[in-house]
Amino acid sequence: MPSNELKSLVKRLNDDFGDVDPNNNDKPNLMSKETHIEPQNSSLVYSPKREVQESFEEAPLWAAVITYIGYLILNVFGWLRDFLRYSGLEEKKGAIDPNPKGFVPLYSEYECFYTRNMYTRIRDCFNRPICSVPGAKISLIERVSDDFNWTFKQSGRTIEALNLGSYNYLGFAENNGKCASNSIEAIKKMGVASCSPKQEFGTMKIHKDLEETMAKYLGVEDSICFGMGFATNSTNIPNLVNKGCLILSDELNHSSLVLGSRLSGATIKVFKHNDIDDLEKKLKDSIVYGQARTHRPWKKILIVVEGVYSMEGSIVNLPKIIELKKKYKAYLYLDEAHSIGAIGPNGRGVVDYWGCDPKDVDILMGTFTKSFGSCGGYIAGTKKLINHIRTYSYANCYASSMSPPIAEQIISSLNTISGADGTDEGKKRIAQLAWNSHYFREKLVKMGFIVYGNNDSPVVPLMLYMPAKIRAFNVEMLKRGIAVVTVGFPATRLTESRVRFCLSASHTKEMLDKALEAIDEVGDMLYLKYSKRKVHNA
Amino acid sequence: MLDLIPDYVKNAPFYHLAVEAFLLVWILWLIFRKSYSPAEKNKLSEKDKKELLEEWTPEPLVPDYEFKDSVINPRVVEGPVAKYAIVNGVKSLNAASFNFLNMVGNEKINEKAIKSIEKYGVGSCGPRGFYGTIDVHLELEQRLAKFFSVEEGIIYSYGFSTIASAIPAYSKRGDIIFADEGVHFAIQKGIVASRSDVRYFKHNDIEDLERLLKEQEEADKKNPKKAKATRRFLVIEGLYMNHGDLCPLPKMVDLKYKYKYRIFLDETVSFATIGKTGRGVTEYYNVPREKIDLISGSMELSLGSVGGFCVGSSFVVQHQVLSGQGYCFSASLPPLLAASAIEALNIIEAQQGEMFPDLEKKCKLLHQKLKSVNNLTVSGIDISPVKHVRLSFDNTLEKLEKIVDYAQANSVSLTVARYLKEEKFSPKPSIRISVNYDLSDSEIDLIVNVIEQGIKSIGC
Ligand SMILES: Cc1ncc(COP(=O)(O)O)c(C=O)c1O
Repeated sequence: MPSNELKSLVKRLNDDFGDVDPNNNDKPNLMSKETHIEPQNSSLVYSPKREVQESFEEAPLWAAVITYIGYLILNVFGWLRDFLRYSGLEEKKGAIDPNPKGFVPLYSEYECFYTRNMYTRIRDCFNRPICSVPGAKISLIERVSDDFNWTFKQSGRTIEALNLGSYNYLGFAENNGKCASNSIEAIKKMGVASCSPKQEFGTMKIHKDLEETMAKYLGVEDSICFGMGFATNSTNIPNLVNKGCLILSDELNHSSLVLGSRLSGATIKVFKHNDIDDLEKKLKDSIVYGQARTHRPWKKILIVVEGVYSMEGSIVNLPKIIELKKKYKAYLYLDEAHSIGAIGPNGRGVVDYWGCDPKDVDILMGTFTKSFGSCGGYIAGTKKLINHIRTYSYANCYASSMSPPIAEQIISSLNTISGADGTDEGKKRIAQLAWNSHYFREKLVKMGFIVYGNNDSPVVPLMLYMPAKIRAFNVEMLKRGIAVVTVGFPATRLTESRVRFCLSASHTKEMLDKALEAIDEVGDMLYLKYSKRKVHNA
Repeated sequence: MLDLIPDYVKNAPFYHLAVEAFLLVWILWLIFRKSYSPAEKNKLSEKDKKELLEEWTPEPLVPDYEFKDSVINPRVVEGPVAKYAIVNGVKSLNAASFNFLNMVGNEKINEKAIKSIEKYGVGSCGPRGFYGTIDVHLELEQRLAKFFSVEEGIIYSYGFSTIASAIPAYSKRGDIIFADEGVHFAIQKGIVASRSDVRYFKHNDIEDLERLLKEQEEADKKNPKKAKATRRFLVIEGLYMNHGDLCPLPKMVDLKYKYKYRIFLDETVSFATIGKTGRGVTEYYNVPREKIDLISGSMELSLGSVGGFCVGSSFVVQHQVLSGQGYCFSASLPPLLAASAIEALNIIEAQQGEMFPDLEKKCKLLHQKLKSVNNLTVSGIDISPVKHVRLSFDNTLEKLEKIVDYAQANSVSLTVARYLKEEKFSPKPSIRISVNYDLSDSEIDLIVNVIEQGIKSIGC
């Protein structure tokens, strides 16, 4: 029986954000079909029937102009400072090459220029060390620099802050509770590592259990797990395609997907972010014209997309892509790193969110570092596919197998999410996260910020544009006790610096209100409310 | 009207205008000719396109072939993969996993790992850049740097991705990598990812390396401008995982200053196994560590944890904070694994006086005993903690697998070295034995005996 608490959570979600839009056929079908683990109690399904709202409002012209001027000024000052450095008027900081002269410089001039004159200015916003669980609240270790960010010293103090930066979507970053205690048991029983690859002597019973649990959860035949999400992509795509094959890759795909594609030796074509028409055109042209020069037909075509894009907050248009892939006989590789657990009424990622059949996606990939609060990645699909990967995967053959407590954390959190543990804790977390995401985003939009992405996404990017605001926003927020992630070039386009909030089920409404208040204040201070849209009251 | 024509046109000589007019007409002709190009005639009609689209049949995603049972269904271990491991309910002596210093299952390490969960939870939920840097990561980096007496260290969450990310962080398209043919797979993939020109020299063959260097020197003389912008790297392993022998490091260091290359030394196997106190081949050969530009290693072998690291000068190592792909774009190492690695370093530093001489003794003993087995060859150096053994006649993977099965049935776990088809230079099949410093003499005898019996059992 679902608890009253869960019922009220779902009711709140539907009341607040489940408004009906009858004219829209593109709505996500949140009543998933065959993949139910248990029959759904219909009143308990969050069913927003609203239009798929994904927005990428353009920057106002003045903001774009000032952004470019900002970079120009940074460059001019960079040249000036470099001139002073080379003429000996300013002290050169930073390490120097220990090798004698005559060696070709290890770094390109441009790279050095960028690091020296831009990155160093805002370096204190990145790699901030913490000394606690990366949960809803974190303790940051305070660093001070007496040489303009060239070096840091720890002051010995810590800063308590609300955490809007970690990928802790379902709040499983916890140092107590069932997951933590099960992982501790796993260490007692199995130690912390196996020191051997899976193909040799590193396959443990817990790995088998994990792979079975994962496959069942996703509703597919089999799955295989690896110790690192990045390597899951970079070492397995080469087993699926090779020379003479074509990869159609979304332009904003994660670097692990890009690396894997490159290692495979296949030809890579990039299509516009989440643009179905562009994808169809490229698919069609590729099949019609075949390979460049030889015009031989492609051996295979693999479409590579992500579920939720971590810098844009957009959600892949999966039904359309599945339609295309079937129409043109291509294969589909879906990276659910940010969506598994975090999206969909059962937390089963974008497949669940759109109510698609998981068997329509040839390769389901995802990571355990986000919603599950653990580490590693998986690939799931047909038995044949997984056995092929078991045979040829670089990681399965050469890399040490997954650490047992890490595997146990995944199994325990999975059982919570799927309800296999006999509670509705998982469902509650999913409903809480969905509510938090909608609430937070809607408030930001109302305040007049430009917010990117999909309304249902737990990743909420807020646009800053100007490089100087990257640090300003970050530091001002931290002064108000809130830790945020701000990013700029090269992680985003040059003019699209942004702050990225990651919502979590462990955030309470009070925490979000506190954060929103601070954002409002800092937003006014830094002139961040760029939006020219009429705020539509939902 | 004539006033509208600027002076410089009026004053220009006639031939000048004629040439310009001709150029203009020519350019226009070029432009228009293109739009009437034959491509127009060859253009496919919608019907043709439709046919082509319907005709195209891709290859199946997964090719049809028979899966090998020993690969897709390997032995399953219950409990810790320690010196003894439980396989199919039977306790067996483990000579297969890289547990050289017997760290797996160590009580002290487990305790630290548990404490770490109680403080930090399990995962780090973010990359190093975005609140995924935890104090234990910084401590481990400092400890590793101190262990090697160098300026700085950096850790990765996966051994395989460490060197595979480090190489492309420095070596770019157009640069040249000189690499040993014997380097392990992760290095090979790092080289591919860098898109640099690669020249492989014969395994441990200094003359061959010098030949390649001289060739390059000649090419450089012809194009000195390009040479000035071409970085050169030498990528080698300290102790070769696939061969069990040491690299001739001192000679390579000598050549470094003559040919101006930078040395990347992978100490995956030699870290905390080779040298009087386990500092690797630099200690073994007494080569000053400043002369090596970057040392990489893994925590998945001797330290009994997970992850990898690079150490070296700040000038070199710091660059990876922004350019190491596996460092920047992946969640950081779970704190419990960092804490375990720190504890393993504590244990090593406290016991290095006995640990490494002990390990060396066991390695030599096993080497000797294996050498005396009929129809068996052991490759590599006697102090290596990994031993590749092969049948002297008719050495096939099938036979070696049978010996491994025989040993498992007799409660000794061995493994064949698994390689993929994609290896650049496929090593010959072998059984790879790992030495645990805690093995007793009788346990070493047991391993050797079981191999001897195994060879007999398959009728060789
Ligand atoms: C889409 C995508 N794939 C893969 C990864 C890598 O996962 P991990 O952090 O587990 O290595 C990430 C992480 O940031 C990601 O966003």
